[in-house]
Amino acid sequence: MDVLHPASADDVADMVASAAARGERLTIRGGGSKDGVGAPSETAVLDMALLSGVIDYDPAELVLTVGAATPLAEVRALLAGSGQMLAFDPFDHGPLFGKPSGKATIGGVLAAGVAGSQRLSMGGGRDHLLGFTAVSGRGELFVAGAKVVKNVTGYDLPKLAVNSWGRLFAMTQVTLKVVPAPRARVTWVAEGLDFADAQRLMAAAMGSTAEVAAAAYLPGRRRALLRVQGFGPSVEARGQMLAALGLRPGNDGECDALRTLAPLPLDRPLWRINAPPSAAPAMMAGLSGDWLADWAGGLVWLASDQPAGEVRAAAEAAGGHAMLVRGPEAMRRAVAALHPPAAGVAALEARIAAAFDPAGVFASPRMTGAVA
Amino acid sequence: MTIAMPLPDGATIARRDAIVAALRDIVPGEGVIDDPIAMRAYDCDGLTAYRQTPLVVALPETTAQVSAILRWCFDNGVKVVPRGSGTSLSGGALPMADAVLVVMSKFDRVLDVDYGDRVAVVQPGVTNLAVTRAVEEAGFYYAPDPSSQIACSIGGNVAENAGGVHCLKYGLTTNNVLGAEIVLMDGEVLRIGGRQLDPAGLDLIGVVVGSEGLLGMVTEVTVRILPKPETARALLIGFATIEDAGRCVADVIAAGIIPAGMELMDRPAIHAAEAFVRVGYPLDVEALLIVEVDGPPAECDHLIAEIDTIAVASGAVSCRASQDEGERLGFWAGRKAAFPAAGRLSPDYICMDGTIPRRRLPEVLNRIGEMSVRYGLRVANVFHAGDGNLHPLIMYDAEIDGQLEAAEAFGSDILRLCVEVGGVLSGEHGIGIEKRDLMPVMFSETDLMHQQRLKCAFDPALLLNPGKVFPQLHRCAELGRMHVHRGQVPFPDLPRF
Ligand SMILES: Cc1cc2nc3c(=O)[nH]c(=O)nc-3n(C[C@H](O)[C@H](O)[C@H](O)COP(=O)(O)OP(=O)(O)OC[C@H]3O[C@@H](n4cnc5c(N)ncnc54)[C@H](O)[C@@H]3O)c2cc1C
Ligand SMILES: Cc1cc2nc3c(=O)[nH]c(=O)nc-3n(C[C@H](O)[C@H](O)[C@H](O)COP(=O)(O)OP(=O)(O)OC[C@H]3O[C@@H](n4cnc5c(N)ncnc54)[C@H](O)[C@@H]3O)c2cc1C
Repeated sequence: MDVLHPASADDVADMVASAAARGERLTIRGGGSKDGVGAPSETAVLDMALLSGVIDYDPAELVLTVGAATPLAEVRALLAGSGQMLAFDPFDHGPLFGKPSGKATIGGVLAAGVAGSQRLSMGGGRDHLLGFTAVSGRGELFVAGAKVVKNVTGYDLPKLAVNSWGRLFAMTQVTLKVVPAPRARVTWVAEGLDFADAQRLMAAAMGSTAEVAAAAYLPGRRRALLRVQGFGPSVEARGQMLAALGLRPGNDGECDALRTLAPLPLDRPLWRINAPPSAAPAMMAGLSGDWLADWAGGLVWLASDQPAGEVRAAAEAAGGHAMLVRGPEAMRRAVAALHPPAAGVAALEARIAAAFDPAGVFASPRMTGAVA
Repeated sequence: MTIAMPLPDGATIARRDAIVAALRDIVPGEGVIDDPIAMRAYDCDGLTAYRQTPLVVALPETTAQVSAILRWCFDNGVKVVPRGSGTSLSGGALPMADAVLVVMSKFDRVLDVDYGDRVAVVQPGVTNLAVTRAVEEAGFYYAPDPSSQIACSIGGNVAENAGGVHCLKYGLTTNNVLGAEIVLMDGEVLRIGGRQLDPAGLDLIGVVVGSEGLLGMVTEVTVRILPKPETARALLIGFATIEDAGRCVADVIAAGIIPAGMELMDRPAIHAAEAFVRVGYPLDVEALLIVEVDGPPAECDHLIAEIDTIAVASGAVSCRASQDEGERLGFWAGRKAAFPAAGRLSPDYICMDGTIPRRRLPEVLNRIGEMSVRYGLRVANVFHAGDGNLHPLIMYDAEIDGQLEAAEAFGSDILRLCVEVGGVLSGEHGIGIEKRDLMPVMFSETDLMHQQRLKCAFDPALLLNPGKVFPQLHRCAELGRMHVHRGQVPFPDLPRF
């Protein structure tokens, strides 16, 4: 398998243009931390690693511009130095695939639609990617969005970049909105709950003025974890609201389970199910396996041997969708990683992909199962 | 008037009777308006300098009717312009002489509210404020709050990605919408997004928001609703220079505070507002900053004290914290009246809407001041200071020959300046026709063609809201071709309008 190493945006453009001219396909790689997602790829790899580094960071503007392959860890360390963070709370998934952490890149995280527990209250990558430069499947370098936090000039193409899984264009540079990191955080706990009770409790807390930043449920321990964060006096006042709902202060470390997914066995297929929170308890009643719930119940990580069709049917019945994150090779060849959309939406997505990439340089059967 | 629209198609206009008859088959009763006098109510949006009587107006009531209208127009090559409440400030809903104006005002129902999942499902003709009204008894609200919120529709908000004074903390429309039902130009009805947070595949709702009615008609919207904060308090801070005010804003953010709102007014805006509503704004300052914080009382008190300290350190000459709700609303009254206040000073005004990196504010305001002298037109500046979104109000008199053109040229110069310092043409009002011809200032031909190809994926015949946003119409077949040479302008012979 060939690996191309562009050193500049122009290199990317040349490599993509010549692949398009030869009718070849390329797989974009950031840190490669999710090479194990989807059907194994047999195309050449466009390794973005050299397009790394900080281009502009002005903390007072809340804006950061970096090369797309800048390691996530580097971005987080830089922001932490100014008391800021990425609100969408992405985490490194190397360990999910039995690989070391530290390789994930900011471009890969965005393209994979990755977001952590705070996504519930602060939005996802989609809400924080302000602009980018990229090379489309036409081998053309283009600019989308902007480098200021508020912009409605032209179509909001950054929204298409997030969760695109490298299917449309290769980002070379990204501009993100960043936010101040909270001064204080406390995790509150409620115990002895089944999922339905926990989901109702989380919904009540989310509907209160406690401004809950993150809310998760660990079925093994029958525990709900709710985090409040911000300025000290406020965190204290809002904590009292959670106390009134019957929670008690807990151990912040427990929230790590939602980053490492350590409680879930590594040797079973891993699903990521996104559904309306109120529908999640009934959905999980019909699914077997080990699981964790985040986003007040709206996100379920499920490690299960249950057939893909059953998992997807349950997710759909709940009004959601299920992504196959990890699985044995034979399964990944047979099951599309992304939940298959309704026919009309699938056709529109295919037209959008063709608009950016008419020759199918970035076509990614391993994600959609669409191409043989 | 300097903005040209595509030439109307005479053949379509000649078929008007047949088109009206076909629409009447789809939308019964009074849902089709073809009387020229009655149609005048729809001849412009908030950009009132531009007016055009539509070919015919349709007011459908169901998604099936919208679908049938679009399908018929698609089959017959007739253009369509969507309209909500008609408050757009950029001409996005400007009718065309050869297009059916589809008005969504009869889609006025709140369909479902789910407090557990904190979502409301509404029809697009529901006004922005009506969403909050529908949920406020339960202690919730819909966060995006454009100043036009009593009138503007959710469909229009989605199309323009509308914002408000509170969007610094709570986001624009795009951050508060989860899903929608849309109808493509060929009549196909699609559900995009949903009630869950993330899409399964491409973020289609993300790109439909802000698309200015060019990608599809929105027939249903699922929005997030939020619990209303317990309290809100505001500070009214006066500065002797714009530089001091700008430093204060930067220092507030550097202190890790994201206020619920942070608004700046310059001297002309302060004086205009005070003369209009008499709320006790200091008149001896160059800049007035309103900072609002919300949350539990303990949080508000803590932040008010912190911001007060920062303000003093950055050289504030006056600083008042609201002690009760009446005083807080008083602080806002002047700012909220800034537009009508400008309207009182001058027969006409246009409101510009660029965004700049905040650090460039003093320089940008100085240069706007110089332009004001050069054009001989007054300007007052209100500014969403937290996110760098500038609203210069350029005052002119349309009765005086050449003043509209001068005001437009002045406005264009301001927007060019915004782009020059690293900002953008529009922070929240959209491009429409108003800023259409300035798009090449911000985007290269290649950038624009990548955007226009997205349009082709939704509306390959370019029948939906043509002439808006993009300065040049490329046929999709031409856009679809692969080019051998990068960066070369591909269609030098295409007409620009
Ligand atoms: C299915 C799945 C779900 C995940 N969910 C989460 C989660 O919820 N939270 C979390 O924190 N982490 C999650 N992760 C981890 C996440 O994938 C990695 O953290 C992230 O992808 C790492 O980036 P990378 O650089 O290693 O990407 P890679 O593995 O190299 O690439 C990821 C995807 O992005 C594309 N891509 C990479 N760089 C670019 C670029 N510059 N331009 C365009 N496309 C590009 C690739 O083609 C590929 O499709 C998930 C991973 C997988 C596989
Ligand atoms: C006094 C005043 C103050 C304002 N203040 C603000 C402000 O603070 N913040 C802000 O962001 N804006 C503001 N605006 C601008 C305007 O109110 C917003 O852009 C608003 O979102 C327009 O909504 P509307 O329903 O009036 O849409 P319209 O003006 O009818 O249409 C706007 C655009 O949306 C399209 N459209 C409308 N409905 C649909 C639909 N159902 N499907 C597809 N396309 C559709 C139209 O084709 C057009 O392109 C203000 C306007 C005025 C007059």
